[in-house]
This record gives sequence, structure tokens and C-alpha cells, in this order.
Amino acid sequence: IPFSSFIHPLNRLCGTAEPLAKMSLSAKEKVIVKDFFAKVSSRSDEVGAEALARLIVVYPQTKSYFAHWKDLSPNGAPVRKHGITIMGGLYEAVSKIDDLAGGLLTLSELHAFVLRVDPVNFKILSHCIMVVLSMLFAEEFTPQIHVAVDKFLALVALALSEKYR
Amino acid sequence: MVEWTDFERATIQSIFSKMDYDDVGPAVLSRCLVVYPWTQRYFGNFGNLYNAAAIQGNPMVAAHGKTVLHGLDRAVKNMDDIKATYEELSVLHSEKLHVDPDNFRLLADCLTIVVAARMGVDFTADVQGAFQKFLAVVVSSLGRQYH
Repeated sequence: IPFSSFIHPLNRLCGTAEPLAKMSLSAKEKVIVKDFFAKVSSRSDEVGAEALARLIVVYPQTKSYFAHWKDLSPNGAPVRKHGITIMGGLYEAVSKIDDLAGGLLTLSELHAFVLRVDPVNFKILSHCIMVVLSMLFAEEFTPQIHVAVDKFLALVALALSEKYR
Repeated sequence: MVEWTDFERATIQSIFSKMDYDDVGPAVLSRCLVVYPWTQRYFGNFGNLYNAAAIQGNPMVAAHGKTVLHGLDRAVKNMDDIKATYEELSVLHSEKLHVDPDNFRLLADCLTIVVAARMGVDFTADVQGAFQKFLAVVVSSLGRQYH
């Protein structure tokens, strides 16, 4: 088994371990991710809103981050709007796919110093995003695309956790 | 003991009664082997697993995927005591198969993704919640006899 495959626990620790070698996207995987996100862009708002709605329903503990919203209903305006915002951030990450840590520096500082979202939530939101992608794009979300997107989302989570400590 | 709402019970029964095991079983296991390649460590005698196409076309993977999926039937029929239902299977996975129990969670995630693909918009947030709760209990039960 190649050494790099032992890095997978990093996905789950999300920034709490310093890797000796960092998992990264191959050139082919970057193309897969960019192409797939381009393909789903016409429904990206729907994906974002639905993913966040699912996060709140399936993992109710995540509501702790949104206690300041008057309306926490999954199909309410605040959740939908914020889901769209998050998806926008992901598209920004796609455009910065060659240097996620550098490209997402501002977002990283936001999450580290202002939002202070526990990194475990990046993993579960990633899962919810992929469930929605699978629902809405069943034929396109093949295992090959799934693994590239999973890696990409894990790397985005890592970049967002860069400044945590 | 795990408490199930009427909605959760009905949801689980419905999903599994409508499931095409011959389709979903192979899809789930092959997806797991592609998305989490280290899981291939348990299938050294399955022949060609060199790339995604090989994995998805591998008949041993397909057969085993169906076996694993049918393994969930017992839990579906005994939702009120999944822990006892899987005691032997847990021992088997620990003592004989030596499977890292984290793999149960990986497979459960793949099953969620595949079921979402098959159900489309019918896989609502509430349905996902019920399904994942069921799988979490299964995963926990299968890991329970490890020591």
C-alpha cells in the first residue's frame, strides 16, 4: 500500500495533524473537479441551499452555529441564503484549485478567528454536499468523480483550518 | 435501546423493500473500493482491482456487494435490537476478518450516496436523517465486539 494512502485520517482530523506528506489532487483530478463543478453550476444555488438544510436537519448539533438567526427552518430564507454563500465559496476554491491555502487565506482567517467552526463540521458538510450532488446528478456523480470531489472538499477543509492554530 | 419514531421505522422499511439489491449492492462496494482505495486491502484475492473500471466490472466485487447489502436485512427486520442481532457478525469481523471498524462507516457513507442517487428528490433531509441514524446503529453494533 503506498505511503500516501495512510494520510486519509487527515480528512477526519481536519487540520489537527501535521502531515509528513500532503494529499493533493493530480492534474487529472483537478480537471475532473473543474469540469464537474462547471457542469453543475446552473443548479449550484440549489445544491448549496439543500446541503445546508440537510446539515441542520441530519446533524442538529450544527444549529449551534446559527443561534443568531430568527428562522432556523431548513427551507427558510436564512438557511437558503447561507447555503448559496457557502457554495459561492466553493466555486472560488475551484478557481484557486492550484493553491487552495494561498487562495483561501481570507476565508481561512475568517473561519479561524471569527467563526471558529469546529473542523469536524467541514467533513459533515462535505458529506451533505456530496449527497445532494448524488441526488441531483445521479448519472454524473460516478465513483471516479466522487473520489476527486471528496479529495477536493477535504483539501478545502484543510485550507480553511490552516490558521486555526 | 434505540428509540425509533414511526416515521423512521416506515422510512427504513420502505427504502429496503424498494431496493434493487442486485443493483445497489455492487454499486456500493465498488464505489467504496474506488473512493477509499485502502479498503482494497481486504480483497487481495478478488483479482483485478487496478482501476475504477476494473473494480466496477469485477464479478467478485459485485457478488460480495450483494452479500454485504443483504447482511443489512437482519437489522431491518430487528430494528429494536440491532445490537444483539449483530453480535456474532461483529465478532466475525473482528476475530476472523480483522476489518478495521472505521470501514463500516465508510461503507455506510457510500450506501447513503448510492441510495440518494437512486431515490433522487425522494431522498429528503428527513429521509436522509432516518437512514443515517439506522446506519449509525448498524455501524456501532458491528464495532461493539471488538476488543
